[in-house]
Amino acid sequence: MPSPDFLALLAPGNIVAVVIVVAMLAYTLTGGADFGGGVLDLLATGPRAGAQRRSIARAIGPIWEANHVWLLVVLVLMFVAFPTAFAAIMTALHLPMLLMLTGITLRGSAFVFRAYGPDRPEWRRWGLMFGAASAVTPILLGVVFGAISSGRITLGPGGAVRTDFVSEWLTPFPWATGLMLQSLFAFLAATYLTVEEDDPEVRNDFRRMAVRASYAFFGTAVLAAIMARTGAPHLWATLAGSYQAWAMQAVLAGVAIGAIVALETDRFQLARVLAGAQVTLVVLGWAASQAGWILVGQIPLAGSAAPDGILIPVILALVAGLALLIPTFVLLFWLFHRPSRSVEARTERRPSIRLRTEVAPPVR
Amino acid sequence: MTDLFAARSLMAFSLGFHILFALSGMAMPVLMVLAERRWLARRDPADYVLARRWAKGTAILFAVGAVSGTALSFELGLLWPEFMKQAGPVIGMPFSFEGFAFFFEGIFLGIYLYGWDRIPPKLHVGAGMLVAMFGSLSGFLVTGANAWMNTPQGFDVMIGGVATSIRTMSDWPAGATLLGAKVVEVRPFEAMFSPAFAEQAIHALLAAFGAVGFGVAGIHAWMLRRDLGNAFHQNAIRHALVVGGIAAIALPFSGDFSAKHVASWQPAKFAAMEAHWETGPYAPLILGGLPDEASSRNIGAIEIPAVLSFLAHGDTSATVIGLNDIPADRRPPVAVPHAAFQIMVAAGLAMLVIGLTGIWFLVRGIAPWSRPWFLTTLVWASPLGFIAVEAGWTVTEVGRQPWIANGMLRTAEAVTPMPGLVWPLILYIGLYALLGVVVATLLRYHVMESPSTAELADATRAGAPSAALAELVEGRHAIA
Repeated sequence: MPSPDFLALLAPGNIVAVVIVVAMLAYTLTGGADFGGGVLDLLATGPRAGAQRRSIARAIGPIWEANHVWLLVVLVLMFVAFPTAFAAIMTALHLPMLLMLTGITLRGSAFVFRAYGPDRPEWRRWGLMFGAASAVTPILLGVVFGAISSGRITLGPGGAVRTDFVSEWLTPFPWATGLMLQSLFAFLAATYLTVEEDDPEVRNDFRRMAVRASYAFFGTAVLAAIMARTGAPHLWATLAGSYQAWAMQAVLAGVAIGAIVALETDRFQLARVLAGAQVTLVVLGWAASQAGWILVGQIPLAGSAAPDGILIPVILALVAGLALLIPTFVLLFWLFHRPSRSVEARTERRPSIRLRTEVAPPVR
Repeated sequence: MTDLFAARSLMAFSLGFHILFALSGMAMPVLMVLAERRWLARRDPADYVLARRWAKGTAILFAVGAVSGTALSFELGLLWPEFMKQAGPVIGMPFSFEGFAFFFEGIFLGIYLYGWDRIPPKLHVGAGMLVAMFGSLSGFLVTGANAWMNTPQGFDVMIGGVATSIRTMSDWPAGATLLGAKVVEVRPFEAMFSPAFAEQAIHALLAAFGAVGFGVAGIHAWMLRRDLGNAFHQNAIRHALVVGGIAAIALPFSGDFSAKHVASWQPAKFAAMEAHWETGPYAPLILGGLPDEASSRNIGAIEIPAVLSFLAHGDTSATVIGLNDIPADRRPPVAVPHAAFQIMVAAGLAMLVIGLTGIWFLVRGIAPWSRPWFLTTLVWASPLGFIAVEAGWTVTEVGRQPWIANGMLRTAEAVTPMPGLVWPLILYIGLYALLGVVVATLLRYHVMESPSTAELADATRAGAPSAALAELVEGRHAIA
């Protein structure tokens, strides 16, 4: 028989919190890689830059809008389940959120403008905007999460947030988190692309990018950890304060090294799995570092959730929705992310309706 | 500019921008599916090219709609944190469902756009139908959340230590505010299906089909006038007229239902949109005129006696509440809702006449494009639906002021304490102006790339699928 403590863990608020973390993870693994693709687009150089960009666009094209909805799921569940924390975060982090939104808007718009615009230099310039917005937005996303972990967002009497709208996020730690997230997304995208690319030379380019991004991730993660000591003491205490936490760090390091080894030894499928595992560990580590707080030091998870009358129906709707959604997502990925050789073969059989737009949007 | 006004302007501007794309996301999939079905049934290459071109248009509009909709969802929290703090859980249900509807719409649109040659035609049409279905459902649900702001209910609240159950708006304690109150229980479906839900959601859905149908018909009529006999544009007009015409005929009925509902549930909004000042029976319908809030009268308006009573309550002797009976601090602005309402009704009536004519042509087997005057009319009517939608949203939003949650929380109480909101406003006006111009240019390229009659004839001779047909989908100047 479960203990009363165990039952308390199953409170609707906790379940929604878990779903929020799962949605964040889904967003990182899918939408994060789309942002990473934009970073790689920006960094594409050399004789095969065009081929790299085409490959990136082909991978992102059919799925980025659906991937993007995970962010909205996080947003909606936050205001449905934790409205006080939501209001405090949205008030104190108004500016980085606004800039992040601008980035999201420009990234998505620029992508379709490039994909559907005429093949002329002035329209191809949207590719640069796509890359730049893709590079900046993850940093701002990291700033938001870093600021939430920092413990600097504080509430006054009556639950109103005390803020000057700047000091909560204009500190080193959130920005270090942002840089870490950016390199993590780039690493994820490049690793995914090694699986999807058929051309050995282009695949080799993506392999090189993936390894470099992994090193960049290591560097920025160390930077963020150093900053966390003073910038996010609670996070530091959780992630460095126990043997279990250090064991987690060791596993993360092992997975990261494993991914690099897998990339260097042409085991791309394995590298993709390990990259996913690496991202999962980072997101779960972040969630664990919140250690039962929705807003660190201010709003605990326990007892701050919205009434059960809304949470239980929302949980049921989530279960029903996901039961339908997951097979549909699998269908989408199966249709478009099979190795591109089979796609080429199929289009080759009916060359008449092979379309530049749909198969491979041209890029600058 | 005060921060409150900047916040309201930013919200209005963002919504006004997003709504154009949201409408297209709802109605364009219906058009592309109609064209693809006709292509499968009759093998008319014009329909095939049309479906592919409309699908491209949908992709562009959907993407900008998706990102501007994301911005809008965040702005709810960024601009109105106190509202979301109290109302977030209460309106959570439609938003949660909407999230899923949007997911499915995005997934099936991806399958539709990129699956032309990868899945069998019947499944492909099915994917298109699912895009249309989830698009409309999504719009339906978001309008439902907005309806709650007009007729809030479905929760228990602690105000000053006293628990009150709000099963309907009239349960709200007089003089109380939701600011600083604690919502202790939520009945999500009571909140989701608030009284205004049905009237608003139906009206918005029909308006989407009307606006997009007329918009598309007008664009193709304009092209057809320069290239008479082009089947590509003729078929486009046929599909768009069916969708837009039926919606335009249904809209006045739904509008009448909405107006009667507003008269009963939101008398202040009704009085403002009708510029009706004095409470009384045999209330006149005010046409035109400039409402003067200082002197509580209308300047230069035409009054038709007793018609307003009849329109509001189905009885010429029914009493209609006037603005003078609504305390000044609970009264919405009058001139803006009144003007917007008149614009919406005028546009809607014009669409009704044009829609009836178009449907009559189609039913009688007369080609609507065989009448030059009708083509010209369609061109001029092209923006009417979009104008009506923007005007209608203005009525419902400005007409609800000074409240964000009608009668319970004031807009001024809900706004973020963040100073300098004029800067985000300027940023977003600039950003959306840029996006608007680019989207318009892009759509213009795609429209101008229409296949000619000769090209279509070649494609028909070559049969399908053929290289000639694929060329037509691509366009002459390699738009890709």
